[in-house]
Amino acid sequence: MSFIVDYYNYWIVVFLMMAGFYIVISANNLVKKVVGLNIFQTSVFIMYISIGKVSGGSAPILADGITSYSNPLPHVLILTAIVVGVATTAVGLALIVRIKRAYGTVEENEFKDKDALI
Amino acid sequence: MAELIDLVLLGMLAITALRIIFLKDLFAVVMLFGIYSFLSALIFVNLDAVDVAFTEAAVGAGIATVLMLGTLALTGRKEKANSHTALLPLLVVIVTGAALIYGTLDMPPFGDPENPANQHVAPRYIEESPQEVGLPNMVTSVLASYRAFDTLGETAVVFAAAIGVLSLLGLPKQSQATIESGLKSHLVLRVVAKLIIPLILVFALYVQFHGDYGPGGGFQAGVIAAAAIILYALVFGLPLATQVIQPKLLKILASMGVLIYAATGVAGLFFGGNFLDYNVLASDPVAGQHIGIIVIEFGIGVTVFAAILSIFYGFASQAERANIQ
Amino acid sequence: MILETLSTILLISGAFFSLTGAIGLFKFPDFFTRVHAASVTDSIATILIISGLILRTDFDLVAIKLLFILVFLLLTSPTASHALAKSARHGGLLTLAEIRDTQNKDNG
Repeated sequence: MSFIVDYYNYWIVVFLMMAGFYIVISANNLVKKVVGLNIFQTSVFIMYISIGKVSGGSAPILADGITSYSNPLPHVLILTAIVVGVATTAVGLALIVRIKRAYGTVEENEFKDKDALI
Repeated sequence: MAELIDLVLLGMLAITALRIIFLKDLFAVVMLFGIYSFLSALIFVNLDAVDVAFTEAAVGAGIATVLMLGTLALTGRKEKANSHTALLPLLVVIVTGAALIYGTLDMPPFGDPENPANQHVAPRYIEESPQEVGLPNMVTSVLASYRAFDTLGETAVVFAAAIGVLSLLGLPKQSQATIESGLKSHLVLRVVAKLIIPLILVFALYVQFHGDYGPGGGFQAGVIAAAAIILYALVFGLPLATQVIQPKLLKILASMGVLIYAATGVAGLFFGGNFLDYNVLASDPVAGQHIGIIVIEFGIGVTVFAAILSIFYGFASQAERANIQ
Repeated sequence: MILETLSTILLISGAFFSLTGAIGLFKFPDFFTRVHAASVTDSIATILIISGLILRTDFDLVAIKLLFILVFLLLTSPTASHALAKSARHGGLLTLAEIRDTQNKDNG
């Protein structure tokens, strides 16, 4: 049982990462690909935060009577990564909007066919 | 108990991800992605990362969902049936996944205080930062003081992303005519939105300036303030919103924030310290740290607010144009 | 002691209403009844759970913060349910009774 609890977080992280990866390589629709990328990204966030967790620790905000805190460093890295992540997602979505205007479709195989005609 | 909650929440996260793979209705996919973000925010709370959870709930579930819905409005909500076989991707994913699972067995066990990641610089941050920086919230200390150079880079990336979106989509033109668009028939929504929006803005200010003592800071505050204006734009229409917060102003604000941040670093140089060294900003090092952190958090807040809002304006102006045609 | 018992009762009944809301969301036949079930979770369950939590604080700043959260939720979640139902109505969705009526008219 303790074996499962010790590694459960990492296994779920791997599962989510592979789910995101699968969506990115198999989906045809670009919006869905972006959702897949975001799932992949969130799995990395969960991995970092899991590594920083200390059993019996508490949130890294100084308080009376608490001696054990979780590691604040992964929190800092991931906090900024989330905001940067949404900003880059927005750039990706903006590109999709422009692709839609240029090709009239956001399905990968359809605009590849149109590219082949040129 | 915390482990049990962790197990259940992570299981729900996995189920949500599985559902997203097989759904063809992109509208439902985006909604499920919102749920996915909220679930991961809950997991972050459970893993003691309150600042991160706050950011994920505001950014991942709030802003990302709005942007994706904006894109769907322009590209259509149905995914077309996939013609090529999914066998090869499945194989690749299973092989990679198996390799990674094998790799996790070498990881230190979950929650182990002896974990190498918790041994390197973290004990110093936890033990010294309350004296060195004088803030109860260690995440803010590390974010704004120890790793301030890193955060400057992140702020610049957000700024650059906003420029990227604007060069792709463009900002809406500021209209002089007061056309009331938006949700005209939703009277209740309009009244409640008018009640709530000032409160959201006050809350954003609270998060901005209370981030030294509790969860919060410039990133979260900027996003929350932007969410208030986005709510205004959704309920009362884009033309009215562009009169309240003008696109021209956003361009100035976005660059102002990064400038404030970098200027604080340069000020440190002029006072005889290093770049982004706040100790020299006042006669007392801890007071100097305090001034430096408040100023740069303000810079971050301004940039994130302006960047997120101008990104939203970019998408909304495209949607508006598509409606007219 | 009395406060603790009272708060436990409030928390458990809050959890009960959340559960019924979730069951209703799955079991009810059409959109409007489902919105109704979901809004039960939004309103009564949150009131019960947050007041239960307030009774467990020392009635300090935390209690006031919880009170603020309660006021916000009471403002926003019924509005969200209302907007959802109204948009569905606006989009032309009919209730089960109305669908039955139109079918009867077609038959009769």
